[in-house]
Amino acid sequence: MKKIILSVALIVVACANSYSQLYITRTGYISFFSQMPLEDIKADNNQVYAVIDAGKKNIAFTLLLKSFLFPKELQQEHFNENYVESDKYPKSNFTGSYAGDVQLDKDGVYKILVKGNLTIHGVTKPVETPATLEVKGGKLIGNCVFTLQPEDYNISIPSVVRDKIAKQVTVTVKIECNPSK
Amino acid sequence: MRIKQILLVGFLSFLFYQANAQDSSLLNILNDSLAANAKPMYVTGTFKAGHIVNMQTVEQPAQGDMLFVIQHRFGQLNSGSYNFFGLDNATLRLGLDYGITNRLAVGIGRSSYLKTFDSYIKYKLLRQTDGNEKMPLSVSLLGTISNYTQDIPGETYLNFTYRTAYTLQMLLARKFSTRLSVEVTPTYLHYNLVPTVNDKNDLFAVGTGARFKLTNRTSINAEYDYLPSGQVVSTNVYNSFSLGYDIETGGHVFQLVFSNSQSMIESQYLAQTTGRWNKGDIYFGFNISRNFNVAKHKASTPK
Repeated sequence: MKKIILSVALIVVACANSYSQLYITRTGYISFFSQMPLEDIKADNNQVYAVIDAGKKNIAFTLLLKSFLFPKELQQEHFNENYVESDKYPKSNFTGSYAGDVQLDKDGVYKILVKGNLTIHGVTKPVETPATLEVKGGKLIGNCVFTLQPEDYNISIPSVVRDKIAKQVTVTVKIECNPSK
Repeated sequence: MRIKQILLVGFLSFLFYQANAQDSSLLNILNDSLAANAKPMYVTGTFKAGHIVNMQTVEQPAQGDMLFVIQHRFGQLNSGSYNFFGLDNATLRLGLDYGITNRLAVGIGRSSYLKTFDSYIKYKLLRQTDGNEKMPLSVSLLGTISNYTQDIPGETYLNFTYRTAYTLQMLLARKFSTRLSVEVTPTYLHYNLVPTVNDKNDLFAVGTGARFKLTNRTSINAEYDYLPSGQVVSTNVYNSFSLGYDIETGGHVFQLVFSNSQSMIESQYLAQTTGRWNKGDIYFGFNISRNFNVAKHKASTPK
């Protein structure tokens, strides 16, 4: 009997450890960049939705691909029409968790490891990347840079422009999340 | 015994942890928020190029973009093997288009057909938006002016004014799906001089065109320009019908076309098309446009 109580207590402790504590933003920033001999391709998205559950250490992102702004209008049209096909696959999202000790009551920058699934162009792939989480005045600020390969997400690049578009794309993430009430 | 229980507890805790880790409720929160805050967005890429074949589309260079356009038509297919089925002859229009703002574009051109200069101004009045379909259509206004400079022996009275013609078009376009876009263009034409008193100086025509995408980078296009009869009577003119195949490669759009119109400018193909498809008066040719960035573009979003 004692053992059963102990077991239940242990499970409860394990569960209680994973209470929810949500931090949310609707104006997160994600950009991607690839440097090529002919032209650099860079696009910014300032309308990224992100949520961090600091209790369960879960994290999720979603964004509209059409919200990526390019310095060249034609690049933007080609990105949406030919590459990510944003009519068919309007959203890209990420769900996952992070590991690392983050003290929410103490301001500072904490190193974390983010692990999860990234969906682009209807294709879901596992992603793992180091990142930082900063606690600052009750806010959570996430920063991360990682690379991905368009080909992994079935984004085909025709041979005529293959030299113009990098195999590797650098993605920069900056989110400033406020506690949700 | 104890080890088993510890393992069991560990396993249960692990299960619970896993269940939490794969919790997709966070994404649901975001998706709900995204849906609640959804703003309409401009529909892009209604057409690939500035022309369906001869008819201008609602596409135009963005602010600071310049387009160099080459439109080329060989001779008539029925002109016989001596003329290599038309390939010996050519009509060419060279054009430059520039986006002053994202809504306002201007262009100039020169055609070898009657040595014609032309110029246009195009303004995006309305832009189709997606999402909750606030704006079902894109509407642009297009004004053109043309002046042919070819010497015609014995017709020395033809001064600049007499050689000038104007058109005013309303371009109504809708992208129905990723693949299908349709455009209708009611047109008013004015010729300062017409050949006889029975010909009208002020004409009305209406064009219709469509593109159907085969792949992301290729499409087939068709265009029919209807000129109601009784407006041009001194010469036999026919409605213009054209077919095209678009190939897009990066900053280029390459269009292979077939048309019974030899000219490529509004005041000429709409009311001065003398060729007929069923007689084989078909002009094969191509349009090429090349985009250049002259200034940085500022993206705009609907308010």
